[in-house]
Amino acid sequence: MNAVATAPVEQAAEGAVGGEPVVRDASEGAAATAPAAEGASEGAVKTKKLVIVDYSGELEKTWATLILASTAGAMEMETSVFITFWGLQTFVKDRKRITGENWMQKMMSFMQRPGVSHRKLSKMNFMGMGPWMMFKLAKQYNVASPKDLLEMAQAVGVKFIPCQMTMDMFGIKREDLIAGMEEPVGAATALQLMTEADSTLFI
Amino acid sequence: MDIKLKVDASGLSCPLPILKASQAIKTVGSGELIEVVATDPGSVKDFAAWAGSTGNALVESDSANGKYRFVLRHK
Repeated sequence: MNAVATAPVEQAAEGAVGGEPVVRDASEGAAATAPAAEGASEGAVKTKKLVIVDYSGELEKTWATLILASTAGAMEMETSVFITFWGLQTFVKDRKRITGENWMQKMMSFMQRPGVSHRKLSKMNFMGMGPWMMFKLAKQYNVASPKDLLEMAQAVGVKFIPCQMTMDMFGIKREDLIAGMEEPVGAATALQLMTEADSTLFI
Repeated sequence: MDIKLKVDASGLSCPLPILKASQAIKTVGSGELIEVVATDPGSVKDFAAWAGSTGNALVESDSANGKYRFVLRHK
């Protein structure tokens, strides 16, 4: 079992000089036995790429996005989060109350308060009672808040890429967004990232 | 076994034990060991997956009295 688990990984390490082998068995090998995990070390692991499209901006989905993004970063996956439509509200500074230039854009931000700490639940929001209970439970069970997860994701090098079109439509400026965001891009760049990734999620 | 750093992730929910461990392991040198203690039962499989993905080695993994202990070697 041990030898079977380590063999493909070692082969891949040798083969890495010539080409770019896909090491699919690395995680399975590591899960099977501890010695196999040792065999998988020393840079034999191919860097995987993950793209998350953060679309919804709702509390529970934002939470899922940030849990997966921060963990992927910690797993040393090359992780990009493309932020579009309602998702962009999450990445406006918490203290920013109103964004936009014309009355419609201002109204939109007024109706849905921007910022990672002000997300609403898609169901059972109950005028903020739902999120309040969620945060209370999260604290009780030592679950990291979306804000903490966002900071940890940024610390492990996750790229947060805003959608230019969404910024224009909602009148959100670069200075409205939190620090450390990437340059805004369009759908073509997002699609290129997705097709080059090992996995893509639309949340 | 020479453990350079011990991380107590007891009581923390997913994904915090993994996030804490990945921060901690970067503070020790290549080939050095850290020990992580967690109470999240999901962490048993999660640490194996994390090791497989990062190339850091999961040297030991055991549990006793609802505590899960992991020894990890920095790649």
